[in-house]
Amino acid sequence: MKGAPAIAVTALRKSFGKHTVLDGIDLHVPPGSVFSLLGANGAGKTTTVKIMSTLLAADAGEVRVAGHDPVRAPDAVRAAIGVTGQFSAVDKLLTGEENLRLMADLHHLGRAEGRRTTTDLLARFGLTEAARKPASAYSGGMLRRLDLAMTLAGSPQVIFLDEPTTGLDPRSRRDMWQIVRDLVAGGVTIFLTTQYLEEADELADRIAVLDHGRIVAEGTAEELKRRIPGGHVRLTFAAPQDLEAARQALPEAVPDPDTLALRVPNDGSMRALKTLIDRLDDRAVEVDELSVHTPDLDDVFLALTGQPT
Amino acid sequence: MTTYPVRDSATMLRRNLKRMLRYPSMTVTLVAMPVIFLLLFVFILGETLGAGINGGGRAAYANYVAPAIIMMTVMSTVQGTAISVAMDMTEGIITRFRTMHIARVSVLTGHVIGSVLQAMLAVGIVTLVALAVGFRPTAGPLEWLATAGFLTVLAFAFVWLCVALGLAAGTVETASNTPMVLVLLPFLGSGFVPTDSMPAAVRWFAEYQPFTPIIEALRGLLTDAPVGNTVWIALAWCAVIALGGYLWSKRLFDRAS
Ligand SMILES: Nc1ncnc2c1ncn2[C@@H]1O[C@H](COP(=O)(O)OP(=O)(O)OP(=O)(O)O)[C@@H](O)[C@H]1O
Ligand SMILES: [Mg+2]
Repeated sequence: MKGAPAIAVTALRKSFGKHTVLDGIDLHVPPGSVFSLLGANGAGKTTTVKIMSTLLAADAGEVRVAGHDPVRAPDAVRAAIGVTGQFSAVDKLLTGEENLRLMADLHHLGRAEGRRTTTDLLARFGLTEAARKPASAYSGGMLRRLDLAMTLAGSPQVIFLDEPTTGLDPRSRRDMWQIVRDLVAGGVTIFLTTQYLEEADELADRIAVLDHGRIVAEGTAEELKRRIPGGHVRLTFAAPQDLEAARQALPEAVPDPDTLALRVPNDGSMRALKTLIDRLDDRAVEVDELSVHTPDLDDVFLALTGQPT
Repeated sequence: MTTYPVRDSATMLRRNLKRMLRYPSMTVTLVAMPVIFLLLFVFILGETLGAGINGGGRAAYANYVAPAIIMMTVMSTVQGTAISVAMDMTEGIITRFRTMHIARVSVLTGHVIGSVLQAMLAVGIVTLVALAVGFRPTAGPLEWLATAGFLTVLAFAFVWLCVALGLAAGTVETASNTPMVLVLLPFLGSGFVPTDSMPAAVRWFAEYQPFTPIIEALRGLLTDAPVGNTVWIALAWCAVIALGGYLWSKRLFDRAS
């Protein structure tokens, strides 16, 4: 199994009635890495996770998770994976501790080991104090942590996290990111879906962008950024006549509505900047402020899918 | 790959028992309903109905209606099963179970065994209340044992049906409504008055619906009413309902995503 991909998907298709959700997607996730599937609402992220985690059958295509086919060998896949779905999957009537013990029992850990695992996970996820409270009394962030702790009770090799931070406040989101980084350090493979470019950028070794049923781009964050024509320079002006003069000097510039500013395509290199400044100098245009913007994943997403996130 | 259905079912049973303890208002409601019916029928309607049925009074009617109320207790508890199954489905933890390498059926058997235990507890309470308000069974130890066995089979069969109803319901709301039939059908049988006093069409239905032989069997076991072959007819109905409920549940559970 060493070196074999943790997840391999080829030509995966899935429709609901006439609505094609996945129109032939390929994914390749090496073991021990974090892979992020990025997509807007309704892009098909959850559908993909469901197919890989044996919850849903694909219409066509090859899927291998930890070397097994989720349709033909669902139990082998289930034994290897842990899933934290988009919607909380904890028993709200039970306490955090009872939820974890339930997982330990279902993974057939012995009494002593089950108790130890439960204690460890509660501590690791900052839930020790709330251990005896029913999960219904937990905050959104605590529920999410409990959910993930339950996923880890069986020491899975491949972990699916479907939008793990959606709806969390910035602090809880950072906590969750740290948890994910710690998991990766432990050698597991993580398949993470998100709508947040920042999150994919922070956590993932590789990112795939899902749009209209297809993977429209795939690579490291750096590679994706490189696929974008370039960044831009933002120029702001003190007076409307300066703006007008600059527009004449730089016909390729795009005005920023409402403000006295221009966006000029520019890769931010010294040479390109010098050229730009020379052109403005030639016409004696007064520039109030100049800032260089290198492309971020938002630009990537915009360029690839034709819509901002 | 090997699964451990017995071990997993025991785990799921523990989960369900904990949930029942954590949410006792449900159990209380389910037991309260048959108790209220019992008191209503014995104290308010008993005198008149007793006179009409066998020329007896309230005491005679208590003996007539108690077995029906005991059966109603089982139906009332299994109705709770449909609700808790539907609740589970909306809670999302079932989705987690589906992604785990466990014996699938244990999710359902945990509910089934938990509900059967709950039903027997409820039956115990209701029987004590019935005894307190004048129910005088003639059953000896052997008949009591047979009654307990019969009620367990009855609960088991109808729990499977209610698991399916809970799975099919989609919402907790629907799940609490559909099994109402199980509580109402005994009224269209020999539960509260003998069928020969009913209009012809209703009587025909009453004679062939499952609750009539079930109630007659219970009456036969507990009181000196004739048993005949009602026990066997009732058990046959239970077998059909259990099997149908089981197969239907399994199909719904395997299909849902
Ligand atoms: N069971 C289903 N039946 C019919 N359509 C479905 C079903 N499940 C999903 N869909 C549709 O498939 C599309 C993709 O859904 P999916 O849940 O995979 O998107 P997503 O990327 O996870 O979105 P979100 O960010 O909102 O979670 C949506 O248009 C959704 O309406
Ligand atoms: Mg989703």
